[in-house]
Amino acid sequence: MAYDVIIIGGGVTGCAIARSLSKYNLSVVLLEKNEDVCSETSKANSGIVHSGYDPEPGTLMAKLNVKGGAMIEQLSKELDFDYIKNGSMIISFDKNDAPQLKELYDRGVANGVEQMEILSGDEARAIEPNLTDEVQGALLCKTGGIVDPFNLTYALAENAYINGVEFIFNCPVTSINKRNNLYEIKCNDKKTYRTKYVVNAAGVYSDVIHNMVSKKKLHITPKRGNYILFDNEVENFVTHTIFQLPTKLGKGILVTPTAHGNLLIGPTSISQEDKEDTSTNLNDLDTVTNQAARSVKNIPFRKVITSFSGIRAAEDGGDFILGEASDAENFFDAAGIKSPGLSCSPATGEYIADLIVKKAGANKKDDFIATRKATIRTKGMNQAEYTTLIKKDPTYGTIVCRCEQVSEGEIIDAINRPLGAKSLDGIKRRVRAGMGRCQAGFCTARTLEILCKQTGMEMSEVCKNNKGSEVLMGDDE
Amino acid sequence: MKYDIVIIGGGPAGLAAAVSSKENKTDNILIIERSDSLGGILNQCIHNGFGLHTFKEELTGPEYAARYIQQVQELKIPYLLNTMVIDVKFHSITYINKTEGMVTIEAKAIILAMGCRERPRGALNIPGYRPSGIFPAGTAQRLMNIEGHKVGKKVVILGSGDIGLIMARRLTLEGAKVEVVAELMPFSGGLKRNIVQCLDDFNIPLKLSHTVIDIEGKDRVTGIVLAKVGPDRRPIAGTEVHYECDTLLLSVGLLPENELSRKADVEISPITNGPVVDDELQTSTEGIFACGNVLHVHDLVDYVSEEAALAGKEASEYVKRGEIKRNTIKINAENGVRYTVPQRVDPKSMSDLLTVRFRVANVYTGRYICVYFDNTLIKKTKKKVLAPGEMEKVILKKEELAKYPTITSITIKTEEE
Repeated sequence: MAYDVIIIGGGVTGCAIARSLSKYNLSVVLLEKNEDVCSETSKANSGIVHSGYDPEPGTLMAKLNVKGGAMIEQLSKELDFDYIKNGSMIISFDKNDAPQLKELYDRGVANGVEQMEILSGDEARAIEPNLTDEVQGALLCKTGGIVDPFNLTYALAENAYINGVEFIFNCPVTSINKRNNLYEIKCNDKKTYRTKYVVNAAGVYSDVIHNMVSKKKLHITPKRGNYILFDNEVENFVTHTIFQLPTKLGKGILVTPTAHGNLLIGPTSISQEDKEDTSTNLNDLDTVTNQAARSVKNIPFRKVITSFSGIRAAEDGGDFILGEASDAENFFDAAGIKSPGLSCSPATGEYIADLIVKKAGANKKDDFIATRKATIRTKGMNQAEYTTLIKKDPTYGTIVCRCEQVSEGEIIDAINRPLGAKSLDGIKRRVRAGMGRCQAGFCTARTLEILCKQTGMEMSEVCKNNKGSEVLMGDDE
Repeated sequence: MKYDIVIIGGGPAGLAAAVSSKENKTDNILIIERSDSLGGILNQCIHNGFGLHTFKEELTGPEYAARYIQQVQELKIPYLLNTMVIDVKFHSITYINKTEGMVTIEAKAIILAMGCRERPRGALNIPGYRPSGIFPAGTAQRLMNIEGHKVGKKVVILGSGDIGLIMARRLTLEGAKVEVVAELMPFSGGLKRNIVQCLDDFNIPLKLSHTVIDIEGKDRVTGIVLAKVGPDRRPIAGTEVHYECDTLLLSVGLLPENELSRKADVEISPITNGPVVDDELQTSTEGIFACGNVLHVHDLVDYVSEEAALAGKEASEYVKRGEIKRNTIKINAENGVRYTVPQRVDPKSMSDLLTVRFRVANVYTGRYICVYFDNTLIKKTKKKVLAPGEMEKVILKKEELAKYPTITSITIKTEEE
């Protein structure tokens, strides 16, 4: 049997494509090399919905950015994930940079970005009192936003799943061959998957996947960025996302609130060949610290709770590679997705799905389910709501994660919902148990227990994420 | 529901505070504990050495806790288990549990006894990968001693706080190899007796002025890199040493757990990270008292019990008398004294004797601990050795303070010869 479409990669782009395709009468499977979706670039980024002033006007990237940003706002209601239109600010440190701010403004106008304003340093400080005195001017973009990147991805994936898309995990693709108009995809699970259409959404590996079928080679230079995350006690340290004027190296170090009320600073941008190196290093963390301190003052460094790094899939040509490969019919790339890939994702999903739907002549389903409900959040519930909930399901009455106030019921939901969590990281990203100031010191033991009880796993089998990351040691061999 | 005293936390501080409240003739008491048993962190501290001061014998953690749990039961003090307090306000507490849902109760006095949590890796910004196999020492202790799991075979420990030292011994006894204990500071933050009994006796090296500068392994820890640090606590290039290991334990400090204190608008000391209290252990919010590790991190549980007993007694007094205007003066910590608890005292209404506890900022030999009433030196005690790992104390006498009716502040500091 052959599928209509196989999507390689369960990041935010792959999941958005899956969801867009799930509106049609097509058999679709998504192959993911990790144990969960949202495991690589999509899990470690700034979580910003860019307003769209940055991409070159007229490019597909510019179009998808502005459209995708608007779609994320709409989807946050339909698919129930955290999104805040907090607005962004691009600051300059030099009076002579005024023309560059104006250029960004003009680019924004050309890209169709609304609600922009150029501010003086003092006007900017009036809105964001923690900006340094060095700030000479700013471009304010009120349409910029922040999103929970994990639950954006999970929402898209879960919704695709209940609309019929199949997800296969722990399944890295090892080869792709074409035979009798069908692609044969081999994975290291020793199985062969046959399909009419292939979508390459393999992130930092999208060059490898593309090069399996095309002579027109791609090359991705992964760009690693270090971030530092602060306790949500420092909520409202800044309310806007603060960018520095972009340079050739990228958008620079930003300072932003997250959708969960933490403060986030970063990322650096280091080019590397290694697609797996997500380590942080001292120099990078120092760069983040020093650069961020240029934008805002009195950063509460005593309130740091973690640092991490993510890698972006930057193709050497500098642009997204979107569409059918010119020398491989029915093979569609969504490759080289770097920033603003998260902002673009729903629009990218629609764009790629449209290309395939047109070629396949597929029809829309009558029974597409357009909405999805998030896990119940007990934090912030009032007494009446809470008490009603606990009458229905007492597990919501046991708080497991003290820092983020996450109950047993929420963790059980994270595990048992469609495409549920299978690892500690999967639970953490879905419902935030272990995401707070003690970084899972308090809840690990309890979370392990719940995961075992719900899945039937042995304690020694439970992983932080992929196989090999077992949390406990089994008995001696 | 209305209570006279509600105690948040059923660990050593909460238990001792409850017993003392009851002994001081307050009957309508409730202890709220989030875990499924009383005793708190003592339940996982299966080593001995507890109770030398309180019971004049050496007990294990669970045995020490059991003595207090027994008193709580004999005194018929009610307690809730599996119940998490999520909000504290002036005279009111909101909690959540499985059977009642979300409930708000009233209390004339509240005793904060929530204890503390461990500082995570992230707070130190240790670079490297984020694999499994990195545990706060106390989490590893719980996984081993309560749940019966094995956390690692080849272990490096960063931080020489007491839990780290205890775990070095515990892991060794369980068959793991502890390669090294590294400490960022030029001195250990743990008790001398623990360094001797947990490291020296097992030939585990302690490297002072060292820190972890890289964590290797994408899935599970495969190794770490240690480097010497300079006086600025930054790593010195060329001093890197690689250790192969599957586990990194962190014992890099404890943080008093003050989410609830902040909700109650209690003033928090930036030094102790716990509430600022007066000689009654009353916080800046009337009717809210604090004791134990939520107030400041203690070295010995015996001192927690002693402090908690005072909080229980004073909360009882408060319930009986209601609020009175107190005129407190500040107790300053200077020159090597990092902080004091309490930070304020009312010379007129204080008890006859007041124990002021503190920690020093560095290891000092042959210094004096000096107490000044304003600028007058009152007491000068020579100490052979002072170390940050050991809590120190001075006793203030009411009768002595009474001789200085115009006093505006007390200062405790160290002085050299």
